[in-house]
Amino acid sequence: MNELIEFISNNLQITYILILATFVGIEVIKSIPAVLHTPLMSGANALSGVVIVGAILVMLKSSPEDYVALALGFVAVVLGIINVVGGFAVTDRMLQMFKKKK
Amino acid sequence: MNIILSIIYLIATVTFVVGLKMLGHPETAKKGNMTAAVGMGLAIAGAIFLTDTQVPTIIYVLIGAALLVGGIIGWLIAIKVEMTKMPELVSLFNGFGGASAALIGLVEFGNITSATETTIFATVLSGVAIGAITFSGSLIAWGKLNGSLKSVVKIPMYNIINNLFIVGIIVFSIFIVYTGANSQIVLYALLLAGLAYGVLFVLPIGGADMPVVISLLNSLTGIAAAITGILYDNMVMLVGGILVGSAGIILTVAMCKAMNRTLGSVIFGSFGEAAAAGESGNKALGSIKKTNASDSAIMMNYATNVIIVPGYGLAVAQAQHVIHELEELLVSKGVNVKYAIHPVAGRMPGHMNVLLAESNVDYDLLVEMSDINPQFNNTDVVLVVGANDVVNPAAHNDPSSPIYGMPILDVENAKHIIVNKRSMKAGYAGIENELFYNSKTSMLFGDAKAALTELVSELKGM
Repeated sequence: MNELIEFISNNLQITYILILATFVGIEVIKSIPAVLHTPLMSGANALSGVVIVGAILVMLKSSPEDYVALALGFVAVVLGIINVVGGFAVTDRMLQMFKKKK
Repeated sequence: MNIILSIIYLIATVTFVVGLKMLGHPETAKKGNMTAAVGMGLAIAGAIFLTDTQVPTIIYVLIGAALLVGGIIGWLIAIKVEMTKMPELVSLFNGFGGASAALIGLVEFGNITSATETTIFATVLSGVAIGAITFSGSLIAWGKLNGSLKSVVKIPMYNIINNLFIVGIIVFSIFIVYTGANSQIVLYALLLAGLAYGVLFVLPIGGADMPVVISLLNSLTGIAAAITGILYDNMVMLVGGILVGSAGIILTVAMCKAMNRTLGSVIFGSFGEAAAAGESGNKALGSIKKTNASDSAIMMNYATNVIIVPGYGLAVAQAQHVIHELEELLVSKGVNVKYAIHPVAGRMPGHMNVLLAESNVDYDLLVEMSDINPQFNNTDVVLVVGANDVVNPAAHNDPSSPIYGMPILDVENAKHIIVNKRSMKAGYAGIENELFYNSKTSMLFGDAKAALTELVSELKGM
């Protein structure tokens, strides 16, 4: 419990953001037609690839001699960008099919 | 951190919110996806070029190489994948995101010293654990969906075992943080435990519930990203991750609703048990009537109104193009044709719409369940292709059935029903369908693609 209070007092701003962003996420997605469930899931999946920013920061901070950190960071960037590029591209492809007809 | 980078992250965060919002409406969905993609590109470019550190060129080269390799792989997978394989693909991509989060945690663990803040330590550990769970869970889901992991594996008392397992992981993490035991062995033990839990969690869940699981795992990846965001004090990761996390939960609940399930029953698998109980109580439901392509073709040729009910079997057989041909042929003969789309038709909610759109079916012909149900009364022929549970009248009239209460398509109200199935095997719910024994129903056995192709050629000859 003390840890939690310590975290909140040290990171008041982050705590606010966490809670408010949760509500934004809920409000934004409320009542979507079932038609869009598949593309929406795939789009949200691409967004979760934002973790790649962390992977890039890992690589930037590593020293060129730290092969282990660099190798792990490299794999993390590769996997992250597959998630991002693949996710957005496939969502676009799906939505393109909806677009063709009115 | 310099101000330009902060502003870039801010812009990216806003594009995520706006993009996600736009993705929820059919007219703006495509633009929304693009908006979020542009924001993501900005965030990535900003992170590389504007982060204040002295970085040797070789590191930039490596990052560039990683982006290029991964980008090409992701792009190729995305443009080559068949639309029927969409659930597997989302699951696979999601697993990659989770793995990425776990790897970041692994590296950051090495930077932890006794002077590190407890919260940072906890953040790194949760990143590793959640990332590992998402990774292995998504891979199992992927394997189940593409058929390489066929059976539903039920370990005795897996609910209790799984719950003990997750509690164990949490207790273990707290123990590590408190004792400050930052040895590599502890780290790898946590990683392994996370991976094992992901497997245990997804393995007992049935194939039909897999979309819900993927959506849930997707939400978890978002949370892993947010945790990594706290670690780096990075707002775009924090907000982006939380957004995906909470939106993912809402989407998961929406999917459960469409499938008439509760989240608890998906995770704890009470469905499978109820179905097994139902199976033992199966009684003979009378006899079925078989038909062939030429009789079915004649029936449809002379009908005024025909409704096609596409289901999972159509997706598996890749028959979405043939069904469009059949529909066009019937329309050219003056028959009124519509498609009845159940919210969970296909392999995940909304999947059937994607498949039929792919084969150029006119969007106006796809009618949602609530709009089409009153029309079955005036329908001469209903052609059910590879759908089962979504047309099972037991959902209306058998309170003991596990699918009782699920919204279904009321095809039994039509004058004639033709059901195309490969065999009399039960659907996902594992229960009998009395519709097949209805006197108005004729069964057209065979692979959806083969049967429909035969129907088309019979119709052409008329």
